[in-house]
Amino acid sequence: MRIIFYIVQKEFLQVFRNRMMLPIIFVIPVFQLLILSYAVTFEIKRINLYVVDNDNTVSSRSLIQHFASSPFYHIVGHGSDNQAGMEFIQKGKAHQMISLLPGFEKALNSGHPARVQVINDAINGSAASLMSAYTVSIISNFNKEIITSFNPDAGAAAKVQWSFWFNPELDYKTYMVPGILVLLVTIIGMFLAGMNVVREKEIGTIEQINVTPIKKYQFIAGKLIPFWIIALFELAVGLIFARLVFSIPILGNIFLIFLIASVYLLVVMGIGLFLSTVTNTQQQSMFLAWFVLVIFILMSGLFTPVESMPQWARNLNVVNPIAYFIAMIRMVMLKGSGFQHISRELGILLLYGTAILSLAVWRYRKTT
Amino acid sequence: MKRFVIKEFLHIFRDTRSMIILFGMPLVQVLLFGFAITNEVKDVKVSVVDPAQDEVTTAIRNSLFSSAYFLKGEILYSQNEIEESFRKGKNKMVVVFENDFAGKLGRGEKPSIQLIADASDPNTANLVVNYANGIINNHFQTLYTNPGLPVVVPEVRMMYNPALAGVYMFVPGIITVLLMLVSAMMTSISIAREKELGTMEVLLVSPLKPIQIVAGKVLPYVLLSFINAVSILLLSYFVFGVPVNGSVVLLLAESILFIVLALSLGILISTVSNNQQTAMMLSMFALMLPTILLSGFIFPVENMPDILQWLSALMPPRWFIQIIKSIMLKGTGLAYFWKETLILIAMTIVFILVSVKKFKIRLA
Amino acid sequence: MNSAAYAIEAQNLVKRFGSFTANDNLSFFVKKGEIFGFLGANGAGKTTAIRILCGLSKPTSGKISVAGFNVFTQAEKIKQRIGYMSQRFSLYEDLTVAENFRFYGGIYGMSRDQIRQKTEEMLGKLNIAELRDTIIASLPLGIRQKLAFSVAIMHSPEIVFLDEPTGGVDPITRRQFWEMIYQAAASGITVFVTTHYMDEAEYCHRISIMVDGRIEALGTPAELKAVHHALSMNDVFIKLARKAVNKE
Repeated sequence: MRIIFYIVQKEFLQVFRNRMMLPIIFVIPVFQLLILSYAVTFEIKRINLYVVDNDNTVSSRSLIQHFASSPFYHIVGHGSDNQAGMEFIQKGKAHQMISLLPGFEKALNSGHPARVQVINDAINGSAASLMSAYTVSIISNFNKEIITSFNPDAGAAAKVQWSFWFNPELDYKTYMVPGILVLLVTIIGMFLAGMNVVREKEIGTIEQINVTPIKKYQFIAGKLIPFWIIALFELAVGLIFARLVFSIPILGNIFLIFLIASVYLLVVMGIGLFLSTVTNTQQQSMFLAWFVLVIFILMSGLFTPVESMPQWARNLNVVNPIAYFIAMIRMVMLKGSGFQHISRELGILLLYGTAILSLAVWRYRKTT
Repeated sequence: MKRFVIKEFLHIFRDTRSMIILFGMPLVQVLLFGFAITNEVKDVKVSVVDPAQDEVTTAIRNSLFSSAYFLKGEILYSQNEIEESFRKGKNKMVVVFENDFAGKLGRGEKPSIQLIADASDPNTANLVVNYANGIINNHFQTLYTNPGLPVVVPEVRMMYNPALAGVYMFVPGIITVLLMLVSAMMTSISIAREKELGTMEVLLVSPLKPIQIVAGKVLPYVLLSFINAVSILLLSYFVFGVPVNGSVVLLLAESILFIVLALSLGILISTVSNNQQTAMMLSMFALMLPTILLSGFIFPVENMPDILQWLSALMPPRWFIQIIKSIMLKGTGLAYFWKETLILIAMTIVFILVSVKKFKIRLA
Repeated sequence: MNSAAYAIEAQNLVKRFGSFTANDNLSFFVKKGEIFGFLGANGAGKTTAIRILCGLSKPTSGKISVAGFNVFTQAEKIKQRIGYMSQRFSLYEDLTVAENFRFYGGIYGMSRDQIRQKTEEMLGKLNIAELRDTIIASLPLGIRQKLAFSVAIMHSPEIVFLDEPTGGVDPITRRQFWEMIYQAAASGITVFVTTHYMDEAEYCHRISIMVDGRIEALGTPAELKAVHHALSMNDVFIKLARKAVNKE
């Protein structure tokens, strides 16, 4: 135990003495949290609309007025030519164009369906489908008004109400901030610990350690603990910011969050340390870690819902520690889930961490 | 000079592990994005509270669960159970029918259907509620309204990406991230490595000029990045059918411009960092996360707050992503993005000037 | 062979890397308290051999024991009893002198008091007590080398292995460094030192000269000079090295 302490002490000295590293470890992540939390949103707040109205009647203007009065739509141009609208879309100035042909009002007045062209820039497929859902719902409101003006008794037979639990305002930050916290903690944990070992290999000091009677587990533990503490500290700072700046609710037990994070860190740092035992240069180990990390992040459900992935991809997530952590931290922070709700995932992570750390200890070679 | 470049090439290409990752990573990412990752909503588990269980509610449930969006979850009985099921993460939405639903409907009482969504994921919650609402409305509309009414029928056309495939959005993003990773991150680290191991001094006292040394370090990465970009394009074209509607030559030329920009950024980072770890963390936090999150790769820039939109204007990837989207998907030419191109050129010049200045100071 | 009398016993030590034989059938014995010089040109296989003796690298074959322990099976026991100063500089440049002492002392399991006492003692011997809290990176190479040696013997090992300890330092510092080696030997530590400076060979009790992975000569400096009819160790070495070149 005392031997581990000396390594931990040395690592802390080295981290705190590096003028460049300190701000990178402690300041930049906070900035990242502040900035990125505002950046990551799928909400669509502003749809730039180009309107082509070749009917120019009371009805057509009334439909356009429906769009103009919606807070989501912002009319960026009027015209009588689809070509001009396409130009707007091509330049990226408009996301959507609606085009009303002559005879729009005539069709409605004579009791026939009237057609409207809706053209979306669909490069971002999910944004496009949301955009067109908004458009369709504005048009169906318009339709309801027409129908009731014809027949006041018509209308929906049942009423549908909805409520959003845990996040009634549908604030996207509430969802993303815990995820970004996970990301920051992961990067610190995985990279710092792993690269640190490889760095000692590269500058040669590891020889001097290997020639001492130190036990392999002592060495790995000595490298694990400092960055484990730093990462948990970072999480604490991040949580404070999440609470104060973003007013993210922390419904669950704060100690449970730290318990989950501690176990989770064992896994990611174990992965980082294991990678460091199989690589010889920092560049290599960083590469490998980055590769693993990117895949883990993308598959984890941080940015995109896990439920939408095909089954085989969800099966792959069994080995993805980030997926477990994100699911758990969101459950505990946002829904107030307790230990009994997450005990299974936590158990898996604990096993995982033990396994990967044992692997790292086993693979670390004092003698080549 | 030639010898030196060859040495650098050998140095990189001999490292099989890094090579596998360098070439394997883009492929895996494109495949993942193409096949696995999507932000569409489907197969969402929905539970039901239905005390009446009559023919009307059964019909509504059937039309909900026959859609591709929803999977049948549990049958629940009380408010407490709803909360518990959300806490366990068992389902994303609960549909609550009123008591004696069919009876009330028959008496014209407008019974209610409540959609309770787990909005801890607001995006999914919003979509799910919208879809369910649409399905239910549709259900009643087809039942109770006679066809042929004067209504406005939207004809929706999805430009550039009729199938709404996520790959279309992600391919430009992945190319950008990779070019950034390989060019900026790798150069900054490889130069920082020479500094850390002291071999930079050796190179500096050699008759090679500093500019030659830097060029020698950088050239292999130009080639690597280029091969990478091309392989992603080929893969996305042949496997996912992502088209290149515009000029391929223009696309490659813009890619080279961006590679040069990323390299000069990498050199700049290496001049300010004293070892590999610093260079890496700097690249990671200052380059990678903003590249992914502030560039419009995953999250549309227009939806961000104004300050962030300004900030994202400083991110080279943002402009590059716009350019490749325009060329590949919209098939437009230089006339449509000469401004973006100029911005990239200006950024490159600034980065090069600053790093040359820094480099000279360090030597003096 | 009375093993108690020997600190290092190596019989038929062989180390191959693929088809390349770095150490070809080395046999030598180092007596306790002896200063044993391990000489050879660059690339002769000195570092390979020293790394095997320290338990950093596994030999291909041979019967080797260090401090009475088998290098194949008891490498960790050996490590408790030896000190090592590698060719590559091994102190942490971003730590101070005292912090380096504390770290290495700590992982050898020394107590806090022992570490403090040893640090003062070592710095006192070098007359640099005032440099206690100086960052290593800001010290001149000569002082760093002396500090690295002090660190290598601070846990009072039975044997200390020095791999090219005087590489790149000036003659005066080299002289001082050898005085430190003598002091260590006088306190009972066996010293195993590699060098390619032939004048340093004269300071050793016994030396072996390696050429192309083999030991070509072994004995006291006087014996070797007599056998090879040479005036200095330098001449001995040149004669042996020329033999190697002639053979090729």
